[in-house]
Amino acid sequence: MLTRRSMLLASAAAATLPAGLLARSAAAQTPANVLVFAKQIDDIISLDPQEAFEYTASELAGNVYQKLVTTPNSDPAKIEGELAEKWEAAGDNKTFTFTLKDGPKFASGKPVTAEDVAFSLTRAVAMNKPPAFIINQFGFNKDNAAERIRATDPKTVVLTTAEPTSLSFLLYCLSAAVGSVVEKAAVMSHAQGDDWGNGWLKQNSAGSGSYAVRQWKASESVVLEANPHSNVAPKIKRIIMRHMADPSAQLLGLQKGDVDIARNLVADQIKQIQNDPKFTVQFARKASLMYLSLNQKNPNLAKPEVRQAIKLALDYDGIQKNIVPTTYAVHQAFLPAGLPGAVTDLPFKQNIAEAKALLAKAGLADGFEVSFDYASAAPSSDIAQAVQANLAAIGIRLSMLPGEMRAVITKTRARQHDIAMLRWGSDYFDPNSNAEAYSINLDNSENAKNRTIAWRASWDIPELSARAIAAREETDSEKRTQMYEDLQRDHQKVSPFVIMLQEIEVSVARAGVKGFDMGPMNDRHSYTNITKA
Amino acid sequence: MSDTTSSPADLPPGGQPAGGRRRPSAFRLRFQAVSATLASIPITLFGLVLVTFFIGRVVPIDPVLAIVGDRAPQDVVERTRLELGLDQPLYVQFWRYLEHIVSGDLGRSVMTSNPVTQDIARFFPATFELASVAMIIAVLIGVPLGVLAATRQGKWVDQAVRLFCLAGHSLPVFVLGLVSLLLFYARLGWAPGPGRQSIYFEGMVDERTGILTLDAALAGDWGAFQDALAHLAQPSMVLAMFSLAYIARMTRAFMLGELRSEYVTTARAKGLSRRRIVWGHAFRNTAVPLVTVLAMTYAGLLEGAVLTETIFSWPGLGQYLTVSLLNADMNAVLGATLVVGLIYVALNLLSDLLYRLLDPRVK
Repeated sequence: MLTRRSMLLASAAAATLPAGLLARSAAAQTPANVLVFAKQIDDIISLDPQEAFEYTASELAGNVYQKLVTTPNSDPAKIEGELAEKWEAAGDNKTFTFTLKDGPKFASGKPVTAEDVAFSLTRAVAMNKPPAFIINQFGFNKDNAAERIRATDPKTVVLTTAEPTSLSFLLYCLSAAVGSVVEKAAVMSHAQGDDWGNGWLKQNSAGSGSYAVRQWKASESVVLEANPHSNVAPKIKRIIMRHMADPSAQLLGLQKGDVDIARNLVADQIKQIQNDPKFTVQFARKASLMYLSLNQKNPNLAKPEVRQAIKLALDYDGIQKNIVPTTYAVHQAFLPAGLPGAVTDLPFKQNIAEAKALLAKAGLADGFEVSFDYASAAPSSDIAQAVQANLAAIGIRLSMLPGEMRAVITKTRARQHDIAMLRWGSDYFDPNSNAEAYSINLDNSENAKNRTIAWRASWDIPELSARAIAAREETDSEKRTQMYEDLQRDHQKVSPFVIMLQEIEVSVARAGVKGFDMGPMNDRHSYTNITKA
Repeated sequence: MSDTTSSPADLPPGGQPAGGRRRPSAFRLRFQAVSATLASIPITLFGLVLVTFFIGRVVPIDPVLAIVGDRAPQDVVERTRLELGLDQPLYVQFWRYLEHIVSGDLGRSVMTSNPVTQDIARFFPATFELASVAMIIAVLIGVPLGVLAATRQGKWVDQAVRLFCLAGHSLPVFVLGLVSLLLFYARLGWAPGPGRQSIYFEGMVDERTGILTLDAALAGDWGAFQDALAHLAQPSMVLAMFSLAYIARMTRAFMLGELRSEYVTTARAKGLSRRRIVWGHAFRNTAVPLVTVLAMTYAGLLEGAVLTETIFSWPGLGQYLTVSLLNADMNAVLGATLVVGLIYVALNLLSDLLYRLLDPRVK
């Protein structure tokens, strides 16, 4: 007889069926000298390091090219020479001389020369593609590049900046993917018109890193081959990165042994296999923040008490634990943990009473209504609902406007939002990247040239801007760090940005696959030391 | 993906392209000359481009954002806006686009940075391969099932077919796809995982047509051929399941209509064998409407099936169109939509031509 109990048992059995199916995975293996990544790679637009600014392309650039300097993931604040042996700043802090190492060789077998370095930096400046501003902010442009970026002999490069510049700021910027050194002869032999070889380098490579690009098929796969001449020879001969849009498919491939490292698993999948000895889960704090932008054009949000009340109304821990336990961490300062000078203490905890008192002080004891834009995809949508519930508790009613991520960005760029939930990744490994975005807005007019995040929130801050600029120009690096820490703490007290979470990048490898070195920036993920047992 | 080409009513749950659809005008059309159909092609395509173009311009995403990214300085943004001609009035932009199309230039895709024609030449063969195999499976199983159900109307066979079709039509493709992967790939190990080929063959076969099985066969690489075929099996069956259900239901309906006709009664009275009546008389008469159903089902499959392609990591037209749309990559969207439109027009034309062959009254 079909009892209620047997029905329950049957449905419970049905629910565990997929898990049972998964448990028995066969022992198919990828070849020993090939490493297979499963990753969403449809963000790649170009592989040209002087053009690419997307996550996956930056990561590839970090493995295919070398820069003058880089930062080790074990101690990200430290600067190390990659192509450069040593460097020095002249007394005026405007002339910087780099001496190259012996040893680095391009995939063609030719040694890396100062001429290649000067060419690459000039190329970034002259092409003026999206990441070029990282280099251009030192006063380079296509007219003065020839005299300010010079190879004085085969081993020496001299850079002349327009203004006195902090050495650490310059070095951190040169460590970005846009500072990758390409082989001049190889690139220019494929140049068409005045494209600087961009048409060819979009799909190919000419670098001295551990790997060389063998093939890229958009939304399908990227194949890298070891660079036989590299001074940082990799352990694995070939890397295949396969586009798998669906996280479930990535997990299946991993369990089945067709994939060595899965890169886009979601929180509950990670939870499911976290304690399974067959897999190694690796976490890395990413220089990417999730925050609320409160548009100062809205008269209610422009009140300082309201801004602080919103910061006190949110249940940061609850949101992190319940919605994004493995993929985000609570973080409340504009410099993400891992970057030099980041403030990691958490001054805001949910305090409804205090938040309500602040609202009352602002004359809004009954609350008010504002619109709320956010990306409709998970986990943004779930976090947005939690934010809505938290703010409702202090009387702020959000009218929810979910949209496609790019539509939300478009709206905030036009300053048409009230509150918007967004993500922001640092552009390069220097505190100035985020300090500039969040606290420099020198021209709050509609036609401003520099449209930082602060501008997008219509936040007029002449005094803070000056402080951020002073910090950027400070040549004493300890003092510089201190200035950034002070700036972040003051920012927390007044800013219209509710910084909530910092992204954590998670990769899951099959047991026996070791040595994938993950850093806070995408171009710091290194494949060089990966081994397979 | 069907949004631009079929009416919303055709969109079944799960967002898969509609299995197909009968144009009510089909029977009237067959009496018209092919030339009339030919003349309507440019008008249809023009309408398609017009609608897609203007939808693309009212999408609340800045196309410049898609190209230069969120980080570009304002001068780069402005420069790009000018380069794209986005400062011009809409009708000027549209006119320019038309001029380009006529000269065979669909522009460049932002997403892949390739010319759109080149992208389509790469993504379409993948979809074509998948859709064609799915179509063959769907026809080979769906048509006999429909006939079987019609001849056993009301019996348990009919009910079983009905249940099967209902399941095929209503089970969301992502469920079907994932369960199939779980079962045949993860658990049983009968089928290979997602993707078009195993990593061993990655980059080993020269691309000539872009249809992997064909390329492998042309290269005489039978290992790669087998591998490609094995990778095709799962996604094509999942895709076929959906179309199959529709084809079977339609076949059954057509057959029932014929079986009730007087000529069938006459044939029976004359003592013809059941097989002759069903296959020789009734089925031959359903061929005409069935051709339309099959042509439109095939066109629906050729649009690319987003969900199936996503689950099975199949780099096809559906994924290309969706990702382009989400990135406001309008050149790619317009180009791919045009291709889909052309497919519909071409298959329509083909089915019109087939009427002429199949229906002795149209001479």
